[in-house]
Order: sequence, then structure tokens, then C-alpha cells
Amino acid sequence: MFKRFKPFFALGLLLSVFFLGGCSNYIVLDPKGPVAAQQKDLILYSIGFMALICVVVYVLFTVIVIKYRDRKNDDNFEPDHHGSKKLETIWTVIPILIIIALAIPTVTSIYDLEKAPVSASGEKKEPLVITATAVDWKWIFSYPEQGIETVNYINIPKDRPVQFKLTSADSMSSFWVPALGGQKYAMPGMETKLYLQADHTGTFSGRNSNFNGEGFTHQIFDVHSVSQSDFDKWAKDTKSKAPKLSKKQYDQLMLQGEAKKMTFSSTHLKWVDHAKDRDYAVKTRERLGVVPQNPHGSKAKDANNPEQDSHGVSHSH
Amino acid sequence: MAHAEVHDHNTPLEYQSETGRLNILGFWVFLGAEIALFSTLFATYLVLMYRTADGPTPHELFELKGVLIETFLLLTSSFTCGIAIHEMRRRNRKGLFIWMIITLALGAGFLGYEIYEFVTYVHEGAALGTSAFWSGFFVIVGTHGLHVTMGIAWITLILIQVARRGLTPQTSAKVFISSLYWHFLDVVWIFIFTAVYLTGMVLHNG
Amino acid sequence: MKWDEFFVTGDPLIYGADVSIGLTVIGILFYLTYFKKWQWLWREWLTTVDHKKLGIMYIASAVLMLFRGGVDALLMRVQLATPDSKFLDAQHYNEIFTTHGTIMIIFMAMPFLIGLINVVIPLQIGARDVAFPYLNAVSFWTFFIGAMLFNISFVIGGSPSAGWTSYMPLAGNELSPGPGQNYYLLGLQIAGIGTLLTGINFLVTILKMRAPGMTLFKMPMFTWSALITMIIIVFAFPILTVALALMTFDRLFGAHFFTLQGAGMDMLWANLFWLWGHPEVYIVVLPAFGMFSEIISTFSRKVLFGYKAMVWAMVIIAGYSFLVWVHHFFTMGQGELVNSVFSITTMIIGIPTGIKIFNWLFTMYKGKISFTTPMLWSLGFIVNFVIGGVTGVMLAMAAADYQYHNTYFLVAHFHYVLIAGTVFSCFAGLIFWYPKMFGYKLNEAIGKWVFWVFNIGFNVCFIPQFILGLDGMPRRVYTYSAASGWGGLNMLSTVGGFLMGIAFLILAYNFYYSFRYSERENTGDSWGLGRTLEWATTSAVPPHYNFAVTPTVTAMDPLIQMKRDKQDVKPKIEDIKKIHMPDNSGVPFFMASFFFVAGFGLVFEWYWMGIVGLIGVFITLIIRSFDKNEGYYVSEEEIKETERLTV
Repeated sequence: MFKRFKPFFALGLLLSVFFLGGCSNYIVLDPKGPVAAQQKDLILYSIGFMALICVVVYVLFTVIVIKYRDRKNDDNFEPDHHGSKKLETIWTVIPILIIIALAIPTVTSIYDLEKAPVSASGEKKEPLVITATAVDWKWIFSYPEQGIETVNYINIPKDRPVQFKLTSADSMSSFWVPALGGQKYAMPGMETKLYLQADHTGTFSGRNSNFNGEGFTHQIFDVHSVSQSDFDKWAKDTKSKAPKLSKKQYDQLMLQGEAKKMTFSSTHLKWVDHAKDRDYAVKTRERLGVVPQNPHGSKAKDANNPEQDSHGVSHSH
Repeated sequence: MAHAEVHDHNTPLEYQSETGRLNILGFWVFLGAEIALFSTLFATYLVLMYRTADGPTPHELFELKGVLIETFLLLTSSFTCGIAIHEMRRRNRKGLFIWMIITLALGAGFLGYEIYEFVTYVHEGAALGTSAFWSGFFVIVGTHGLHVTMGIAWITLILIQVARRGLTPQTSAKVFISSLYWHFLDVVWIFIFTAVYLTGMVLHNG
Repeated sequence: MKWDEFFVTGDPLIYGADVSIGLTVIGILFYLTYFKKWQWLWREWLTTVDHKKLGIMYIASAVLMLFRGGVDALLMRVQLATPDSKFLDAQHYNEIFTTHGTIMIIFMAMPFLIGLINVVIPLQIGARDVAFPYLNAVSFWTFFIGAMLFNISFVIGGSPSAGWTSYMPLAGNELSPGPGQNYYLLGLQIAGIGTLLTGINFLVTILKMRAPGMTLFKMPMFTWSALITMIIIVFAFPILTVALALMTFDRLFGAHFFTLQGAGMDMLWANLFWLWGHPEVYIVVLPAFGMFSEIISTFSRKVLFGYKAMVWAMVIIAGYSFLVWVHHFFTMGQGELVNSVFSITTMIIGIPTGIKIFNWLFTMYKGKISFTTPMLWSLGFIVNFVIGGVTGVMLAMAAADYQYHNTYFLVAHFHYVLIAGTVFSCFAGLIFWYPKMFGYKLNEAIGKWVFWVFNIGFNVCFIPQFILGLDGMPRRVYTYSAASGWGGLNMLSTVGGFLMGIAFLILAYNFYYSFRYSERENTGDSWGLGRTLEWATTSAVPPHYNFAVTPTVTAMDPLIQMKRDKQDVKPKIEDIKKIHMPDNSGVPFFMASFFFVAGFGLVFEWYWMGIVGLIGVFITLIIRSFDKNEGYYVSEEEIKETERLTV
């Protein structure tokens, strides 16, 4: 699909190198997996067309503004010149063609992104399933097959698709690992699915990108991409060595606030599936006697001293 | 604001003044906005239709009889309102009063039934805060009920003005506009009857 | 409730604001009393139903709100200029971006445009006033009171902090307790009443009150844009009314429309909000298009290129504006088909918009362009808006949007649309019609400084944000780490922001300078190039009845036609007849004040106060209904005197 428009692609690439100072510096244009790579290609392809449109408009603009500025000599002045069928047809048809050229790869990509990505080698692997639950202001990850759970970080095997089942215990959040691909919302009482895959090892940062209150800025997590064998070893070690997640501990996680990285050898899925249970967190807060406070109220002022959990200080994996 | 009072004898009274004509057109535009308002409420209701949470379902509480009585009262009131306007155009002030008062009485009867219905539901455990479904129900039906209440109060005020000032192009434009409003509420009720009550009784029955 | 919960405490910025608000109020009260201006204020302004005065009040309020929203923006830019900044804490930052967005859209952009529409449209169609002058005053005062209610939140009770989009369940009681979010709901609700009434009013005005001979396809483009905007308002604002009401029920009366409990549905809010919110974008951009059409045509001394195409482009844009709302949340998981459909509908909007850009360019083709400040703003609009437009098409590509969504790329895009489109047009229109409002021009030399400083600042501010977005910087974060590498570009962006702030100050100085020193205009056609009826008045500032004799229109640019026919705009003495005008009324002011009481009561859930306020509103409605409001006649003698005096 992209082949026929290679010149645009090249133009886009050239311009982004020129304007953006080399795309390898910018995270969205420096993909570490096939999903992000497909999106990068689409972005550069569109930048090519858009640059072309800008160039046409700016050239026309400059010529017209200079040529028809108010001068003594007004041979060209035609105050009643009011239209041209030919010109108007041209600038209606060309944008339509451009939009067709953009719509086709867009729609193809929209459909592709809802399927498990195929790795560079072309081999199809069964995706790893991870449930990602957003809670103000942390991420809880469950590995249902491995029976383990982590907070604010995940390990994933390189070159294997990962299917994230996204949900939220309270506010509408958005799960985003820009190096690996675009985002999708995590919503209470709902499950959305997102496929990502890493084709490099390394640590990539992920976050909630949908504003959800005071701790939003620090609602981040790390994605560690490791080899399949390292992943298997980590999963096995975690299952045997990490502590079990108690319901009491889990209910503490339901309170608003940031959290440290944590690792458990059991998951919360046996108590609650937030995709089906919208109000678990709210009810838990009520049960634990946590009353929402007006941020400008006197109680909140006492409670708001900056003693919140510092994020990402220590973790065990 | 030029007042070109040019009209022949066939022009209805309410259209005889410039202000009257502008007001009537303005009111039609307002009704367009009201359509957008009620459409949004209908969309909301339909989206929330199955979200009854732990509360009762509409199938358990809705009763056809009461709703039919309400429908009958309101539809009849729209008819009597039409007769009232007819009488107004015949310059029959007494006829206008009689038929408008009947209209208002029917409207009040509708409202009474609706309040009774709401009270019954609340007693049976379905209030505004019971579930998303009941929030949607009370707000859409309540908004219509509030419109009817305002309509009754408004028409009463206009009738007082007609009693004091007689049937002039100004007062008759007001009466005509309020009748448009009243018919509009009737139309909305038909949609409520279908989308809220009939679907509530039929679709939830499964 | 304790006093320290009622008044916002604990922040030096807020105390500073308290003091300056107090001093300003005392200053104004002193001025009005000392110079015995109370009666003047009441008679000439607070009770007026004159569309020109209401328009000026709209614009003045909008400039004030531009200042407030601009200060919010600069506070944000200071906080983001350096990594790990401690200038603002998270809560304060959240409140500031929420009020920035809400104020700029609802209380700055819309009233600014509605103000210009108020001043210009009745003149442009040759009418004496709008169809419902009284209603026009109600519109203004409800907008003004809504804006004031929203604005006091930062000193009384605390500002909303859930973003101008106020997504649920974040904006619900559980996650946003306190009065802040209630301010948002009630402030917007009250102002929304005014906007809806404006929509009805101008729709009827444009349809029914045009001068004889002005057929629909002889209407000036600004009038066309206003007509189409009003249609969008009439159908879009009720959606906002309902959405706000439903959230109010959730917060105040325990309903479960969007809540976490009771099986509410947060996605419904997002859909309703953007079902209004996207048409809202066109409500603030179509009048801008209309004004640029007028200005570009005037200063190119040429008839508008592709008039019919321009009209149909706007009609198509208006229609499509209701069919694209899902592109605000492609990432909500609605599936491939839905995203594909909305991607394509969104991209299609680019076609009519592109047509308009080329039509503007070719309006200048074969023209004689004079680079006055209104024209500079219009030219700046073309250059900058293209960037907003093409990045809009990029965002419309759903698969790519998954990477742009919620980032600074999006922020930069919509500022390129809203600043280059709406704000540039507000400045252009204000300068263009300034002599129509006040009888003198704003100083051109200072005006050019404003343009260049603002234009450069604007690009320095927002170009880096495109790049920050592609580097993964999410919007609405209150700080970022040094390791992210976003520091340099953010600092650059802040510098640009301050340049815009400086440009605003120069503009404010220009208001003062021109008031003192500008030459007073003595003809209705201040620029000497006027094409439409608002310039065909006998004096620079038209008298309250606008036209002594309603003009007759024979061609598209009626004043150009009149100039070619060597026809004088001065009315013939035998044509003068007495003119019927509406009475002034203090009722709209009181009605809005009662709305304030009701709104304030509901914000704090003091229901007795809410009920008192609403009863007050109903009483004003009843008073109005019983008022005979027959208006009065301006006598022939008075008209003759006015017209002679000002010839």
C-alpha cells in the first residue's frame, strides 16, 4: 500500500530530518516494536503529504502577496474578478485524492492494530496475556497464566506479542508505552484490548496519559523487555519466591495515591474483575472510612502535606 | 423595528404585527432547540436502558393503565388546545377561555397522575439515585413533566393578560405561541410513551 | 462550613489575587461615585438593549477573560519552563489548566465573536436592531454572570480541576469533591442559556430583518458565517445543557448517569460532551472565517473569490461538525469500523476548509493589497491556520492518533486552529470595526508591533510543542523529569508564551494611546474601502437607530455599488419618518443577578439560596411577560437633527 507513494514517504522523512532534527531522537519516531513502527511509517507518510500542501499554499501565498501588493502601476488590478470554475475544481479534486491516499493506509492500519503483530521473522506466536488495571495513581498488572502480579512495572518477552487487557478501578485512564505503540483507554467496568510487541530488549517507560487528577503526572510504569528465557525464569522465580497478595494489601492499593513497585506470586483476579465491577474501589474506600476531601477544605490541607509515597524508589524483581 | 402593519383580513390575528411574526418564528427555532434537548435525553435513556444495577427493572414497575390514562389526558388536551386557538381566530374570547381552561385542567390531571406514578415508584424502591436506568427515567419523564408545569403556569399568565387587555395582535401571538409549546409537549409525550414505557415493558421482558 | 473552606487560603498567588480584586473593586466604586457616573452606567449600559452597546460589553468582557485566561497560560508556562519545577503544585496546576481551557473557549472566544456579531451583523444587513433586542440583553447578562460565577471560584471555594472536558468519573463527587466542579457546571449552564438565546435571536434576525433587496446570496460572508453558526448553536447547545444538567444531578442529587456506582456510564459523558464540543469548535471558527473573508476582500479591493463555494463550504462544514465527534476519543476502544468511519468523515472536513483557503488566496489575486493591521492578522491567519489544518488531518488518521492522543502534539494542533483562527480573527475584526464602535481607529504603527510580537511569540510557543508531543510528552502533566530531555523545548515554548503576553500588553497600551491621540473619523466609511452596509452609515459610529432610512440593496457589495453609482449615503430629508425603537430595560440585569444567586447557592449546595434565586428569576420572567413593552418612537425632528449634526 505504501509503495506507490514512496516519494511522499521520502519527502516526509526528509522534512522530518530537517525540521525535527533527526527522527531517532523522538520517542514516537524511534519505534522499538512492530506496532510503533507501523504507526511511525503512517506518521511520516502523512507528514509528506502535509508538507506538500504547506509548500503549495506558502508558494502561492508569497507570490500573490508580493505581486498584488498595492503599487502605483495597477495593470493587473481586476476588482470584479470573482471566480474560476477550473481553479475551483482543481482545489476540490486534489484534496479529495489526497484524502483517499491517506484514508486507505489509515483504515488498513486501524484494522491491523487490532490484531496480534507478526514479528520480523514472520513467525506467529501465541500472545502473552497481561491484565493492566489503572487505579488512581498506579498500574496493577496481572499475569493470569503465570499467576503473578506486579505494580508499576512489567516484564515482557522480546519478539512475542503481548495482549493487554485494560481496565480501571476508578478514573478513565489511558495505557501508553510510546516506544512500543499507541495508547488505548482503560475504563472502569469495561475491558479494552491492546496489542504491543517489543523487538528490542531494554526498559521502556509507560504511563497513563489521560488526565485523572492530582497524581496523574507520576502514574508511570516501566516495561522491561527481556529474552523469552529470562522472562520464563523471572516468572518462575516470582511464582516461588515473591509474597502472596493478600486481600487486605490489595484493598490498600485501591486507595488514591502513588505506589512503589511491587511483585506478588498471586493475582487479584480471584476477588475482583474491575472490567465487570465498576465500583469495587469506591466501595472499598468507603469501607475503609476514606472520605473524599475538598482539596481546599481544612481537613485536606492537613492531609495534603507532601508525604505521599515517593514513586519508583525501590522494587523487587 | 419598523412596524409595517400591512395585512388583509385573512391574516390570522397573531400574525398581524411584525413583533408577533418574529416571535412566532423565534419560537419555532426555540422548539428546534427543544427537539435537540429531548433527543439528547432520549439517547441517554436508551444508552442506560439495561443499566439497572441492583435496583428494580422497569418491567417490574411500569403499569400500562396509568400511562394510558396520562396519554389520554395529554392527547385530549392537545385537541382542546387546538379548539381554543380556533375560537381565538374567530375572535371568540369566551370560547378561547373555556377551551384553554379545559386544556389546563387536563394538563393538571396529567401532572397529578405523573406525580402519583413517581411517588409509587419511589415507594417501590426506584428513585433518582437507584441506578443509571432510573436516573435516566426520572430525568426524561421529569423534564417533560417540568415542561408541562411551566406550560400551565405560562398559559395561565397569558390568559390573565387576555382577560385584562382583550384579544389584540400582541396577546393573540402569545396565546398562539403557548399553544405551539403545548402541542410540542404532546408530541414529546408520544415519543416518551413509545421509547420509555413501551420499550421498558417489552424489551425488558426477556 | 469553616471560613477557610469558603475562601481559598494558603497560597501567596491567591492572596495576591484577593488583594488586586479588592483594590480594583474599590477603585471602580470610587471612580463611579466620585465622578457621579452611577446613573450614566445604569442608563447607558446596564439597561441598554442596543446591539452595538451589548456588543461592546461582550467584547470588553472577552478581553478581560483573555487576560485572565492568558495569566493562567503564563503560570502554566512558568511551571513547565524547567524540569521538576516547584512553582505550582499538582492540584494548583490542574485548576489552572482547567480554568484556562474553559475560560478561553466559553468566556473568551465565543463572547468575543458574539460581540463582534452583535456590533456588525444588524448594521451589515441594514437593520435597526436585532429581532429580539430585550432577549439580546438577557443573553449578554446571563453570559456575563455565568462567567463571573465561574471566575470567583479561585478565591471562593476553589476552582474546578477536572479539565475543561471534565471527563467522568474524575469529575464526580468521589474523585473531585468540593464546590470546584459545581462552579464549572453552573457557570457554563447559566452562560449556555445566553448563547442559546443568541442563536435563536440572530437566526431570526438574519432570516427576517435584512434590508430590502438583500437576498440570501447577496448577504456578506460574515453574515453567512453568523447565520450558519447560529444554526449550529441552536442544535449543539441543548446537548451541552443536558450533559451539564445530568452531571449536576449526579453531583448534587445522587443520580447515576456517569458515576462509578449504580451502573453509570462514563463514556456517555465523553460522547455527549464532544457531540456539543466538536460543533463548538466550528461555532468559534466559522465567524472567524467570515470576518477574514470580509477583511481580505476589503483590503484587496476585490470581490470575494468563489462566493458560492465559500457559502457551501461552510454549510458542509456545519453539517459535518455533528458527524466527527468520535475523533476526540479514537482510543476508547470502539472498534475498527467506527474508527475508520470517523477518520474519514474527519478528513473530509479538510476539503471544504482547503477550498476556503484557496478562495482567500485568490481573492487577493489580481487585487491591490494594502497591509493594514486587520489585513496582517488575516494574512497571518492563512499562514498559521494551514499548519493547524494539516496537523488536524494527521490527527484524523486514527491509527496514528493513538500516538498523538493526549500529547502536546494535540495541544499544539488545537492552539494553531483556535489562536490562528479564532484569536487572530478577533483581533482582526476588533481593529477593523473599532472605528465603527468608537469613532477612531486603533493606532496602526503600534498595531503592527502587536501583530509581529504576537505572531512570532505564537509560533515560538507552539512549534516546539509539536515536537514535544512526538517525543512523548503528555498534556496536562504538571512537571517532568530532567531525564526526559523536554527541558529545552519547554523553555523555548515559555519564551514564546511570554512574547504573546507582551503583545497583549502592547495592545492594551494601544487602546489607551488611540483613545487619547487617534484622529476622530468623520465618515461612516472609515477605511475608505468599505464594501458592505455597516460602512454606509452617515457617521463613523451609527446612531442608536443605525439607519435613518433603511437602505435598499441591489448588488452583492452594496456600498461598492453605491460608490459606483455615485450615490450618497446621506438620506433625503423627505424620506425621513419616525422610527420605532425598543425601550431600555433593567429586567435582564436583575434576572441574571438572580441566576447568580441561584448558581452560587447550588455550587455550595445551599438549596434555600438556590430556590430563592430561581424564584427571583421567575418573578423577572413574569414581570417581563406583563410588561407591555411597546417601545417608543424617535421623532422626525430628532432624526433630522442627528443626521444633520453628524454629516
